[in-house]
Amino acid sequence: MRSVNQPVRKKDAMSLVTGQPVYTQDIAPKDCLVVKILRSPYAHALIKEIKTESAMKLSGIECVLTYKDVPDKRFTLAGQTFPEPSPYDRLILDEKVRFIGDAVAIVAGDNEKTVDKALRRIKVKYDILEPILDFRCAKDNEVLIHPEQNWRSLCNVGADNKRNLCASGEEKHGDVDEIIGGCDWIIEQTYHTKANQQVTMETSRTFTYLDETGKLTCVTSTQIPFHVKRILSNALELPESRIRVIKPRIGGGFGAKQTAVTEVYPAIVTVKTGKPALIVYTRRESFIASSPRHENEIKVRIGADKNGIIKGIDMITLSNTGAYGEHGPTTVGLSGHKSLPLYGKVEAYHFRYDVVYTNVMSAGAYRGYGATQGIFALESAVNELAEKMGMDPVQIREINMVREGAVMPAYYGETLNSCALDRCMAKAKEMIGWDEKYPRINLKNGKVRSVGVSMAMQGSGIANVDTAGVLIKVNAAGLYDMKIGATDMGTGCDTILAQIAAECLHCSVDDITVSGVDTDVSPYDSGSYASSTTYVTGNAVVNTCETLVEKIRDKGARQLGCAIEDVEFDGARVYQVDAKESINLKDLTVAVGSDKELSATELFCSPVSPPPFVVGMAEVEIDKETGKIDLIDYVAVVDCGTVINTNLVRLQTEGGIAQGIGMALYEDITYGESGRNFSNSLMQYKIPTRLDVGRIRVGFESSYEPTGPFGAKSIGEVVINTPAPAIANAVFNGVRVKVRELPITAEKIYNGMKQKNI
Amino acid sequence: MITINNFVKVKTLAEAYQLNQKRTNVVIGGFMWLKMGNRKIQNAIDLSGLGLNKIEETDDEFRIGSMCTLRDLELHEGLNNECQGALKEAVYHIVGVQFRNGATVGGSIYGRYGFSDVLTCLMVLDCYVELFKGGIISLKEFAKKKYDNDILVRILIKKDSRKVSYQSQRNAKMDFPLIAVAVAKKKNNIFVAVGARPMKAKLIQKSGCLSEQNPSQEEIAEFADWAKGQFSYGSNMRASKEYREYLAYVYIKRGVKEVLKDDH
Amino acid sequence: MIIKLWVNDKKITDEIDGDAILLDFLRDHGCYSVKRGCETSNCGLCTVLMDSKLVLSCSTLVARADGKHVITLEGLQEEAKEFGGFLADQGAEQCGFCSPGLVISVLTMVKELKNPSDREISEYLSGNLCRCSGYMGQLRAIKRYLNQKGAQKNEIS
Ligand SMILES: Cc1cc2nc3c(=O)[nH]c(=O)nc-3n(C[C@H](O)[C@H](O)[C@H](O)COP(=O)(O)OP(=O)(O)OC[C@H]3O[C@@H](n4cnc5c(N)ncnc54)[C@H](O)[C@@H]3O)c2cc1C
Ligand code: FES
Ligand code: FES
Repeated sequence: MRSVNQPVRKKDAMSLVTGQPVYTQDIAPKDCLVVKILRSPYAHALIKEIKTESAMKLSGIECVLTYKDVPDKRFTLAGQTFPEPSPYDRLILDEKVRFIGDAVAIVAGDNEKTVDKALRRIKVKYDILEPILDFRCAKDNEVLIHPEQNWRSLCNVGADNKRNLCASGEEKHGDVDEIIGGCDWIIEQTYHTKANQQVTMETSRTFTYLDETGKLTCVTSTQIPFHVKRILSNALELPESRIRVIKPRIGGGFGAKQTAVTEVYPAIVTVKTGKPALIVYTRRESFIASSPRHENEIKVRIGADKNGIIKGIDMITLSNTGAYGEHGPTTVGLSGHKSLPLYGKVEAYHFRYDVVYTNVMSAGAYRGYGATQGIFALESAVNELAEKMGMDPVQIREINMVREGAVMPAYYGETLNSCALDRCMAKAKEMIGWDEKYPRINLKNGKVRSVGVSMAMQGSGIANVDTAGVLIKVNAAGLYDMKIGATDMGTGCDTILAQIAAECLHCSVDDITVSGVDTDVSPYDSGSYASSTTYVTGNAVVNTCETLVEKIRDKGARQLGCAIEDVEFDGARVYQVDAKESINLKDLTVAVGSDKELSATELFCSPVSPPPFVVGMAEVEIDKETGKIDLIDYVAVVDCGTVINTNLVRLQTEGGIAQGIGMALYEDITYGESGRNFSNSLMQYKIPTRLDVGRIRVGFESSYEPTGPFGAKSIGEVVINTPAPAIANAVFNGVRVKVRELPITAEKIYNGMKQKNI
Repeated sequence: MITINNFVKVKTLAEAYQLNQKRTNVVIGGFMWLKMGNRKIQNAIDLSGLGLNKIEETDDEFRIGSMCTLRDLELHEGLNNECQGALKEAVYHIVGVQFRNGATVGGSIYGRYGFSDVLTCLMVLDCYVELFKGGIISLKEFAKKKYDNDILVRILIKKDSRKVSYQSQRNAKMDFPLIAVAVAKKKNNIFVAVGARPMKAKLIQKSGCLSEQNPSQEEIAEFADWAKGQFSYGSNMRASKEYREYLAYVYIKRGVKEVLKDDH
Repeated sequence: MIIKLWVNDKKITDEIDGDAILLDFLRDHGCYSVKRGCETSNCGLCTVLMDSKLVLSCSTLVARADGKHVITLEGLQEEAKEFGGFLADQGAEQCGFCSPGLVISVLTMVKELKNPSDREISEYLSGNLCRCSGYMGQLRAIKRYLNQKGAQKNEIS
């Protein structure tokens, strides 16, 4: 392979490292109105009166919008394929506010100072309602967060606004009570994962304007340009044909931009005023009114026979979607679907879940998408089982892990065609020196070094839903223009997809130009999420290239005056297999006497979602007197099928692990008693610096996924899933303390040690 | 949001003092803390034209201008020799190099922040604050003083060869400390300052508390237990009161061991 | 107030408000490499050089830059390409939003630290946050760059 499995430089690399103006705010017209939002100081309230006249009077203020000025038709901001599983529970501005930070008014004006002044001049009177702040009390609470008549759930996800339920459901296979009842070893525990912020370095931002035909054009930092188009159409009651969405380079996604957090605000301003408008979320706004990970409380019961074979798993997930339901119904499913199948010998499982509304900021999509939470719970429970049985936690996984060829009842009944989980485990063990270090080494200075393990899986796109379109055209220079609808958010998918195309077209990656996403010209793509890009869009690239090569051969054959069967294409020219005649691609493109343009477009939608796998192992150092914990080393061995770009996959892995480390050790959105969000800045919500991550080492053990492009699966999300359970396990192996609630702070470790000494 | 109507680069300290008597006028240090506030400033008083950005070393003291940055403290060899690197350890966790190139000693001390590493560390040194009007007072006194309209001109550190140890514990490495402990020893005097309790640092001093020669582990632990009891503690999102109190004990103990180390 | 300063060696005289912030001023003057990532001086995205020192332009009043020389990545294009090439070879720029601040910090670090260890590199750059990369690829790139400059003799792993 020439282009695939290579460390090719990213196409946009040099413009990024030299600081070129390629991001949304850099390219916004200078005359954009500045758009800002007035936010609610109460967690739950009704607006009794809102006075905007004095704000309107300021010179330079273009508009002040309140709930009275927006369409009364509910929609969701979730970037999902229609019909969205997320309930239609939002208005652009609502008479009722549902968390501290919820939008109350939109102000647009010439400059920031005036807009700030106007915000201060808006006078609002509220009827304060009792909030629900504890998600354990939300279901069937007499306080209702969405009592409104026009609340709607489009899909059958068990939503019920009269019970504060955004979704609920259950699935089972076999009789779990009977199976677990017959087990020799049983673990039953509850685990709690917190809401975490994605913290993209570029916060959400959008500008909008009307083009010369009056079309609403929305340039935005998003992962889901095609869904944004529909969301704006829903929110503004405009036909989709009147909306165009463009995605420039974006400064990080991780799921944060899989929800249309900012787009509706400048869009409605532009619609009302006819003027271009720009909103740039402050870091504070991106911490208090965005789309963090769903907080989960997960009860796990597992049973194993006397040999340690795990026979049954019972999982109950309670998920906190906050004030609105974006991604609520779907994330919760993954807590089961992407954890339970890791254990291949399970005879029965039962998975139940509720997703509840509360009066905190609405949750959304964050890398891992629910799987991260489920895996923390299940992997921790398996570690507790190993401990109870006196077994090495690696060994219990070795005898239970899912293997290639298995049918996975908890994973939509799919068959596992590619899986190198066993090799990943063996390699991780070797890389970290498990056998020498497990469980712990006591150091002379009162500290202890210990290791811990976890496995993880994810998917590659959403089966039967995610759809990717690709268009490739031969240009006049005999090179290729490729248009994709998938959004590169720094992940390098433009490059990876160009590598796949180059491999198929026998050319160099540089011969392929990839353009950014523009819904007016790019082929449809459901978006860059659910780890779909390499696998789903990659397959669309392969199919498109096949069609294109056919067309090139066909045109070549006709130019050469022979049948298509007699010619081949070698990347540069079409040649006759049994004769000397040939024509090169450039000449072919401009050849007269043919009406066929050399271009091809294909859509791809996969019936399956082959899971990538990771084994993660952590080595930590703990001060036995204080509980202070330092991460020393983190090893991750990945099976994402064929690695298309060795550099970019390594970076994806290292980056995901660093985020997982933050989640494991300190990231936590904390609320005060009245529902005020304390984690409202990078000063109060800490993400890992380069001094925090220790050393991260990545290895690969590739399987070959027969349905994937060149054997590839996806990688984007699975990498975030192992740090929390592996670090928790290392803590246990070091000081025998079980931390079941994230983050794993020194204080929790200390408290655990203290309790044990009593 | 903070707004400034006028930026005044003063020519003399007297001018600065004069301006600072009005509540709407504010002295600007590194601006890192101020800029996060919500305030309308009429005149921003800028001291950067007064040559207060230098650390001067004489035979018996260091004179640190209030406009010196935390990075200056960190990199000054003489100063760090004097306190055995404690100051460097105290500022090293503060955000990053760019930040420490901006944040000033004046702003850090004047602010008397609860979380302050700088205040905690300086407190166990023989350290004084030179105020334009109030003259020279000990840092310990200054820390207790109410906020007023004086100008902090310099920090003075007397050289008296005390042994110093500085320790802090943080959740993430560049976060605020959840406890900060400085210990120093001069002859048979032990100084202990505990900050980030989360209240601001306070100093205690005890002489003759540990046997001159080689105090036992128990004696040190007993001292640490007593010392930690001299401070009050509180809870916030970073740690609980109980945990802080316990950590104070541990780090006082370790600090004392450290400063006793080369003595015998 | 009227101030005079040099931005990437170009002299600028301008009338500014007392509370104008250097970051906004630089972007208004076409230096789009300078990014804002926070309001609390934590992220380092806005790092520029002022009289050869790394500073956070988000926390610097323009008034304070009066009479000074400010350099942004726009003024260091050749150097940025040289070091940036090492980042690109690692794929260590992902979204790239943190790159300008990181690159200018690394270019300055090279001048200030002699033969830095991995630890010293990470300490020097701890104020440059990156959420995408996990930092390891950046470290590999920096070490290779230093090695090429003969400024770090450490082994490269
Ligand atoms: C994100 C962040 C993290 C931090 N982390 C830490 C940490 O971990 N540990 C730590 O110890 N500190 C920390 N700090 C505090 C920091 O080190 C500085 O102490 C703080 O920024 C104040 O310094 P400044 O120069 O920015 O002062 P400014 O913000 O300019 O001023 C602060 C106050 O001091 C007044 N002032 C300044 N100079 C004088 C003077 N000469 N005379 C009279 N009054 C004066 C000002 O009027 C103002 O009221 C942090 C700060 C921030 C923003
Ligand atoms: S913008 Fe974050 S430190 Fe300057
Ligand atoms: S590359 Fe995205 S933040 Fe660093």
